[in-house]
Amino acid sequence: MLHAFSFIVRRELRLALRRKGDALNVLVFFVVVASLFPLGVGPEPNQLRTMAAGVVWIAALLAAVLSLPRLFATDYADGTLEQMLVSPQPLIVVVLAKAAAHWLLTGLPLALAAPLIGLQYDLPAGALGVLLASLLIGTPVLSLLGAAGAALTLGVRGGGALLGLLVLPLFVPVLVFGAGAVTSTLIGINPSAHLSLLGAFLAVSSLVGPWAACAALRVALD
Amino acid sequence: MMLLADALSCERGGLRLFSDLGFVLQAGGLLRVRGGNGAGKTTLLRTLAGLTRPAAGEVRWRGDPIGDDYRREMLFLGHAAAVKDELTVLENLDFSSQISGLEISASKIKSALESLGIARLADLPARYLSQGQRKRAALARLALSSGVPLWLLDEPFAALDDEAIARVSALCAAHLAAGGMLVLTSHQDIPIAAPDARSIELRS
Repeated sequence: MLHAFSFIVRRELRLALRRKGDALNVLVFFVVVASLFPLGVGPEPNQLRTMAAGVVWIAALLAAVLSLPRLFATDYADGTLEQMLVSPQPLIVVVLAKAAAHWLLTGLPLALAAPLIGLQYDLPAGALGVLLASLLIGTPVLSLLGAAGAALTLGVRGGGALLGLLVLPLFVPVLVFGAGAVTSTLIGINPSAHLSLLGAFLAVSSLVGPWAACAALRVALD
Repeated sequence: MMLLADALSCERGGLRLFSDLGFVLQAGGLLRVRGGNGAGKTTLLRTLAGLTRPAAGEVRWRGDPIGDDYRREMLFLGHAAAVKDELTVLENLDFSSQISGLEISASKIKSALESLGIARLADLPARYLSQGQRKRAALARLALSSGVPLWLLDEPFAALDDEAIARVSALCAAHLAAGGMLVLTSHQDIPIAAPDARSIELRS
């Protein structure tokens, strides 16, 4: 099972390496969206500091929604997904491996780039660390719940927009606790409560997301 | 060891394709599924593969409803080649045999490509393949799956030239001679030597 997980992840990474554009687009989109806000609202440092976490998190959610339609679509179109379903590998392992690869290719780079964005917003060092931590805990949720959304909208025309409508409301707790952790640091409150809740949400979504994605994939390929 | 279809009925989009279809396939058995366009050949194969749920009836393997054990002993090749443009022919075949749970060395994959006449394409990214070469790359899995008892092949001869058809039918005949089972849909009447050959005709 672990073997299946690792060779699917390795294949996804190899595919991403052969078409670098896809993963790079998402990261550039994230950086551009987050950098537009200071230009739009003006260079008032206090104002920028208070809105920093919210802006970074919303940009991360939008970047995730941008990347999710491709999670299963190419494998669906060329018959690979069908082969995965008829293979002896448990479907849940396939879904978990694809979600893990999605996080490695989108969530992780976004989280690592976020402190640089935070500098634009004049965030102090402590808050930058919390921003990074909140993204490291929170972005896997986007891949796990996003997998369910991507599976549900598989083969639907205009599925990309529908996918956004479907998963963005599910991402609300991540946004609230993720941005909340950074904001509470700024006003001198320990962010560990927010981060713990974010961790709890990650635990729940790692059970619910892949399971829902499996059910949706079986229906999509019926 | 046998595949049993018991009173299968299938529908697509509310349209009844066939009902009360039953057959038994024993070791060495070949079943040809015939029928016009839209008669339900692909649906029947997908039902046998466990992808599509039948409206009524059931598929049994060694007497049990199909499940995880069945998927280990079955190879299904559908219309889509499941070949990734970005990967080389060798990488594609390596992945598809790994996902089928087969541990196969690079030299075995090379000889499988040899048996389909595409050994020289091994290191070529699949995006440069022609339609027929792509189909050959997908069918090279047959040469790696001689230990898999049941083959379900949907239109294996489509897009192939005469030479490739001969190669594929030889692989099928060898599989049957070794006690394997084969269900295939085909518009052409390709001769395959089989100890026990039957055919069913689907009519809508």
